[in-house]
Amino acid sequence: MATRVIAGKTVQVNDEGFMTDPSEWTKEIAVEYAKEEGIAELTADHWKIIEFCRQSAATSGKAPTLRTITAGTGVSTKELFTLFPKGPAKKVAKISGLGKPEGCV
Amino acid sequence: MSDETRKVAFICSKGTLDMAYPALVMGWAALGNGIDVTIFFTFWGLDIINKARVDHLELAPVANTSMKMSMMGIKTGNLGIPNLLGVLPGMTAFATSLMKNKMKGLEVPPVREYLQMLVDAGAKLYACKMSVDMMGLKKEDFVDGVLDIVTAGDFMDMTEGAQIIFI
Repeated sequence: MATRVIAGKTVQVNDEGFMTDPSEWTKEIAVEYAKEEGIAELTADHWKIIEFCRQSAATSGKAPTLRTITAGTGVSTKELFTLFPKGPAKKVAKISGLGKPEGCV
Repeated sequence: MSDETRKVAFICSKGTLDMAYPALVMGWAALGNGIDVTIFFTFWGLDIINKARVDHLELAPVANTSMKMSMMGIKTGNLGIPNLLGVLPGMTAFATSLMKNKMKGLEVPPVREYLQMLVDAGAKLYACKMSVDMMGLKKEDFVDGVLDIVTAGDFMDMTEGAQIIFI
């Protein structure tokens, strides 16, 4: 398993750069990942989604799908695609320190 | 990876419930992965965006060799729904409701809601001009989010460089 240093911490990642141990995640890591994904600043709306994903994964053991996110947070599809432009599925999961979402919806 | 955004275009030519889902599922996955999505509805596929039809798409068991009795929870292995039974009144409604329930169980949204999700996520929907003329439809007959009625040539122009999937 590969590792990388991000926000001053060494974490385990897979070959696509997703963290493989959610417990290694910190908010500082999220900020760094977001920058790499082209999101300069994480706003309160971003954090609401990230925190929902963290909680959802803690319960289910996997990253939530986009529809689970919109249903669970009340954030609309439009807002979700505006907050995390050009491919929210992978971006949200990566920033939240989770694997790619499992499930098609 | 190249900086150019990958593009996918679907051509939906069928109006049955089972054939409405492939473009919706793949289109949604594409949008989630940052891929540009265009969907062109032609012939029977217009039912998917027709306001009066979208909530009433159906699935017929007649001549559908993949539909087995076991789908209804009856452990009959490879035994299909006999075509002779399939022609009975109510069998299409029955097969349709069976599929809708299975989709609901998987938390897959109904077609109308799924289309809206795709539109909200940036998918571009178009209706085929020749089919629209043939069926006597107008732009007002379509769900919100259908951008325009276009010709096959327009579709080719707007999908330059896209991967095209015919359904």
